[in-house]
This record gives sequence, structure tokens and C-alpha cells, in this order.
Amino acid sequence: MHDMSAPVAHQHAPPTSFIRKYVFSLDHKVIGKQYYGLALLAAYVGMGLSWLMRFHLAWNSTAIPGLQFLSASGAPGGVMTPEYYLQLMTMHGTIMVFFVLTTAPFAAFGNYFLPIQVGAEDMPFPRFNMMSFWVTFTAFLVLMSSFFVGDGPTLGGWTQYAPLNAIGSVGGPGQGTGVVLWAVSIALFCVGQLLGALNFISTTLDLRVKGMSMMRLPLSAWSWFITSCIGLTAFAVLMPACILVILDHVAGTSFFVASGLVMNDQVLPHSGGSTLLWQHLFWFFGHPEVYIAIVPSMGIVSHILLANQRKPMLSQRVLIYSMGALAVLSYMVYGHHMFVSGMNPFSSLVFSFPTLVITIPSTIIVLIWTFSLYGSKLRINSASLFSLGFISMFVSGGVSGFFLAQPSIDIMLHATYFVVGHFHLVMGVAAMFGIFAGTYFWFPKITGRMMSEPLGKLHFWLSFVGAYCIFMPFHYLGMAGNVRRYSTFVDDFLQPLIPVHKFITIAAFVTGAAQLIFLYNLFYSRFKGAPAPDNPWEATSLEWSTATPPPFDNFGGKHPIVYHDPYQYGVKSSVGDYVMQTSPEQVETEFEEK
Amino acid sequence: MARLFAITIVVIAILSAIPILRHTWVAPEDISTHGALIDEQMSETMAEAGISFLAAQFILAFFVWKFSNRAPDAKLKKFPGGAKGLVIGALLVVGIEVMALGLFGVKAWANVYLDAPSANAMPVQVQAGQFAFYFRYPGVDGKFGGLHPELINEGSQNIFGLDPEHDVDARDDIVAAEMAIPVNKEIHLLMHAKDVGHSFFVRELRVQQDFVPGLDVSLHFTATKIGKYEIVCTQLCGLGHYNMKAYLEVMSQQDFDDWLKKQAGQ
Repeated sequence: MHDMSAPVAHQHAPPTSFIRKYVFSLDHKVIGKQYYGLALLAAYVGMGLSWLMRFHLAWNSTAIPGLQFLSASGAPGGVMTPEYYLQLMTMHGTIMVFFVLTTAPFAAFGNYFLPIQVGAEDMPFPRFNMMSFWVTFTAFLVLMSSFFVGDGPTLGGWTQYAPLNAIGSVGGPGQGTGVVLWAVSIALFCVGQLLGALNFISTTLDLRVKGMSMMRLPLSAWSWFITSCIGLTAFAVLMPACILVILDHVAGTSFFVASGLVMNDQVLPHSGGSTLLWQHLFWFFGHPEVYIAIVPSMGIVSHILLANQRKPMLSQRVLIYSMGALAVLSYMVYGHHMFVSGMNPFSSLVFSFPTLVITIPSTIIVLIWTFSLYGSKLRINSASLFSLGFISMFVSGGVSGFFLAQPSIDIMLHATYFVVGHFHLVMGVAAMFGIFAGTYFWFPKITGRMMSEPLGKLHFWLSFVGAYCIFMPFHYLGMAGNVRRYSTFVDDFLQPLIPVHKFITIAAFVTGAAQLIFLYNLFYSRFKGAPAPDNPWEATSLEWSTATPPPFDNFGGKHPIVYHDPYQYGVKSSVGDYVMQTSPEQVETEFEEK
Repeated sequence: MARLFAITIVVIAILSAIPILRHTWVAPEDISTHGALIDEQMSETMAEAGISFLAAQFILAFFVWKFSNRAPDAKLKKFPGGAKGLVIGALLVVGIEVMALGLFGVKAWANVYLDAPSANAMPVQVQAGQFAFYFRYPGVDGKFGGLHPELINEGSQNIFGLDPEHDVDARDDIVAAEMAIPVNKEIHLLMHAKDVGHSFFVRELRVQQDFVPGLDVSLHFTATKIGKYEIVCTQLCGLGHYNMKAYLEVMSQQDFDDWLKKQAGQ
């Protein structure tokens, strides 16, 4: 640990009661770990659901032993019904997008490390921070409760298109209570994330210590800051949209149901609503959500690669500006989800343009990462492998965006497995790789113990090859016209594609099993891992200049002072080829960005 | 291990490209007048995206191979072009690429969505409801009768909610569970949802369009090849979504006229 010789900070006494220390904690680090635990639980639930779905798609008349105990009506004798497939699919998507991809890279790692990386004792509004987690946790419980209430969860997909989401149980199993629980859960989730975003933004802007200018923030801190700005506006739109759905169910309103719709030969008692309104509101949130999921991982991966390549980025500024460009453009592209929705076809052309343009900052980011490796001294470990895997996955998922950005091609690919392959690679697997990289990198700082490297590498290889085996064939299926969200493939033209589905299912089982290795490594290392030094990676940012694990107030009663840019690698200093941000030592570097 | 990583991504990239190059899984042959432009756009995009994909993976593999686990005294090197060169290169290459794709794609899109159907296009109405498509032809008077949702009754086969008792135009309307159209005749498809959102997708026709409950949507196309094709729903509409399908029969004008007469007689 570096001696910072910094002024004494105001000391808060750490809590002593179990409840205040571990449950309703105000400490950002505990809240970060709580978010991580929630994301971990949600990820394994979501993965379990995907296993059930994949099994059904490959062998749809074969019983899954024990499934009937989860839902006697949804899986009589263990064989999944079409509606139960859709219910599991909806829960898989909702859990993964909201409770894993949003919570882990942003809320979990951001909560733990953003205050430390800016040199603060905590976030400015610790009670809001605590509330943010517990509201999110409640949202998760509300969502999960739909498995056990009424006729199960909603079957309308994570996008919950209108008017199926607003007409009640006449629309099918789960479309009554299930939808209301879904909408309550997501509205609560939005509240939690808005509170979090408020804290992240004010932490970044107001709590930076002396010497920590904005351009001296690590790239991970920048990515959390940018993501908070996106979240503040995106969740603020989704939350009222969910409230309107709830009102359509419980208050007799018709925000999303048009006049004259007929179910079971009866005209529905709604009138005057707009079904396309929901899509506009949802995707105004939904597309920025893609960047809420991926931008934190971009920052995390950059942070980790820099520590492992022992050389600064080609340009940190360009990377920051490009992430900012992604954030701004993310609001202007949402209509590409609606090319064939029935909106004005001129709008499709208008939305197509920024969707194509957004590939430019994405390309610049990939080029900066890749060409920064040139001439480096890259260290290979679990964290850097997952970071490199992230780049590979982001590229593979990103190039398919070229197709979906064009309305004319979308005519053929919309609502097919091509779309499923695209978003799973670019925002699902890539973001998961960011989460894994962050875990292997920061685990020593959080727990004081190292994770097992052999197990970490085994986890990487199975996940990397496995994810490609699952999601690359999705693109081929989509090109052949395989429609998504089908519980069974009855169409003639889909029959030749079923062997591909079987291959994907086997790959999904192997890749899923690899995640159990990660889980074992996580818990084993927590208790039996080798003791970690304060700075095992010889990294430069503030989290590595404090004790391991960090004390309650992060810096042991001191405010650190920052003297350097965040990534001073490739220098000659008294400690090696790097100089920490808190070190007053003057070093010369040929890599400094002017 | 770095070299293993490099080899792995090169192998994955090549294996991923093989099915594309061999056309293992592709859309079926186009049977529309507008589809050639869409297919051409798809091929051009595939070429550009494919080259970008392979180049990015190969460069990543090469750098990981070459610059990992080097000796402690190995000298660090700067990329000669610097960030500025990469940014300008990305702006130029990707910028021109996306502009070209965007501009050429407009024509393909306009053919289907921006150009109005010709005056002699044959109108066919399609109604989507959980979990079936129904089709309506205007009959000899060339006019569709009005729709009355409150009259919809599947038991009495009043699928569209027609009122032939009071509505003269509705009396000769022809309703069918399958869609038949004459070959090389422009069709003006009038789309109407009965209950929730659905979609109309015929791969061979290069047509996919959502139904919007409460809003009439239309599109036009011309089929150029006689045959029987599947119409499937691509918008999640409920538990029977996977099974919501109908057939499109493209037939000669004579066969179509006979088919229509037969339907009218039923």
C-alpha cells in the first residue's frame, strides 16, 4: 500500500449491529456486494430457465423430470406446454436484461469501486443507495412471485408488446396478474436504478478528491458515469410506461388498447388507446438499455486490459468521447426495432441513418482496444482472457448490427433467430464476459483472497468456445427464416433446421455447466483462496492504493491526493513499470496523452 | 495460452464464415419483383460485414500472439499511426460504408413501402386473430363491405364481422382460410388485426409486416412464381403463436379465377 501523506478525512464510525452492517447497510461496498449477490442469483435462475427452454426446443415431446413440480399445469408430466415455454422465455429475458446485465456491471461493480476510484469515502446519498438496492431486490421478488401466483408469469416476452400486455387474462395464461406483477416489478426496478444513477452522477461530479480531474478518472469510472446519465433518462421513461400498463389492468384505462378489438367473439371494453405508443415508450428505454448493459463492461474491460498490457491506451480521450457518442446516439436509434411495426415507413429511413452511424464510435472503440495491444507486454490471466474474449464477442455481435440497421434487410431478419444471435453476443455474452473479467480482477481487492487461475482459465475456454457454438448458429437459423419465440417448430420450412437446434442445445448445456465451475471457484476462493496482496496486478488506480479489503471509509481516515493520469504504465519508477495515481513520484513517459 | 487464444479465434472466425460462403443456410429463392434488391443489399452487407468481422478477429489474434508474455526487458512500442490515424480511418472507411449501405438500401425499402400500389393492383384483405389468418376478396362488385367488430362470430363463420343484411357491398365478399393470388399480378394487401399484434411473413415473397390493432396497414407486392408458400406469424401473439400459419398459393390467372368462383360458391 502506498503512503499517500494525505490530509486526515472525517471519520465515520463503522456500524456494529448485524442488520446495519450486512442487511440495511449504508456502505457502498456492502451495497455493491449485495447487488453482485442478487445478479449472481438472477444469472443462475435465468440460465436454468434457458436450459429448460433449450431442452424443449430440441426435444419438445420429452419430459423434463421434476418440471411438473414447478408448474403442474405448465408442464403436466414434465412436458412443457407452449404457453409455459413462453412464460419461461419471458422470465429468462426479463431476469437477464434487468437483474443481471444491468445490475452486475453497473450497480454492483459501480457501487463498490466508483467511490474508491474517485477517492471518496462513500456516495453522497447513502440512504438513497441502500434504498436503491432494496427496491431492486423487492422488484426481483415481485417478478419471481409471478411463478407462484394465479396462472403463472406473463407470456408476452420481455418486450411486453401491446395490446397483449394490457387486455388482461383473456389474452392468455399470465396476461392478467402475471403482467401486473411484471409491470410492478419493472417500475420498482426503474425507481431503484434512478436512485442509483443519481448517486453515481453526483459521486463522479462532486466527490472527486484533490488532483482527480475528470480526465484523470479511470475508464471504468467514466463508463459508470456515462451509464448513469443514460439510465437517468431511459428508466424515467420506462417507469411511467409500466404504470400506464398497470392502470390499463386495474383502473379501466385504455392507454395501449385500441377500439373495437375482439377476443372470443366479444368486443373488448377498451377504446381509444394506441398499441404503437407502447413500442415507442418501450424502445426509447430499450435501446439505451443495450448501452446500459454494455458500456460499463467496456470501461471495466479497458481498465483490466490496461493493467495487463502494461502500456496506456492509444487514446483515453477518444475512448471516452466514443462512449459518450454511443450514449447520445442510443436515443436516436430506437426506431430500428420498429421498422416493420407499422409506423410511418419514412420514419424507418430516418431511424436507419443514426443506427448505421452508431457503428462508427463502436468501430473506433474496437480499434483503440485492439491497436493499443500493439507493442505491449500483454499478461495472460483469467481477467485478461475474458477481456480479450469480450472484444471478440463484441465484434462478432456488432457486425450483425450492420444488417439490422437497414430497413430493407430487416424485412427478412426481423423477429428471427438472427436478432436473437445478434443481441445475445453483443450485449449478453459480451457483457457477461465483462462481468467475469471484473470478478477475476477485483475479487482479491473485495475479499482479500485470489481466485484460482487454473479454474478461471478452464471457465474461460469452455465459456468462450461454448458461447460461439450457441450464438453463431443463431445467425444462420435467422438467415434461413427461423422465427423466434416459437415453442415448437411445426412449419414445414423449419424442419431441416431442428438438428441445428439440437447442436445449440448440447452446446448450451456444456457452456452452462462451465458456469458451475465459476460458482465453485467463487465460493472456494472466498474461503480457501491464497491471501491477496494489496496490489496483485501492479495496477495504478486508487482502489489498489488502499488496503485489501478496503476499510470502512475506504482510505483509512485519509483523503488520497492524485498526481497522475490513471494508466501510467510503461514507465520507470521506484516500484516497477508503473506509477500509482497517488504517488507523488515524478516519472517520464513517452506514452502520456497531451 | 496467448497463442492458443489467437489460434482459437482464427479457427472460430474461419468456421463461422464457412456456412456463409457455402450458402448452407439461406433464405429460399425469391419469388417477388422487389426481392432482388433486398437480396442484393443483403449480399453487399454480408461482404462488408464479413470482411470487417474477419479482419477484426485476425488482427486481434495477431496482436495477442505477438505481444503477450514478452520478456521483462522487452521494449514497449507505440502503434505508428497513433489514435488519430485510426479515428480518421474509421470515420472514412466505416462512414463511407454505412452511407453507401444506407443510400442503396433506400431503393429496396421504397419499392415496398414508399411507392404507392398501382391503380389496377388487386386488393386482398387479411385479418389476423389468435391464432389464424383469414383472407377476404371484394367479389364481383370490387368493393369490400364494412367491418363490424360486434358481429364477429366464429361459430357462425362471420369471421370479419360483416353485415350482409344491411350492407350491399358485403354480400359478395369472399372469405377464405388460405390466400390465393394470380402470378405476376400486383397485390394490394390490406392488413387488419382482430385482437392483438401479429405479423405477416412470407420468406419467398421477401415480405414481413406487423399488424397493428386499431390501425389499418397495407403493402403491395407481385409474386412471380407459381407455387405454395407458408405464411407465418412473427409477432408474439399468445400461446398458439408457434402454430399460427396459413398458405399462400400463387397460381395462374385462370386457376385463380376458378378458385375464386369455387370460394364464392361455398
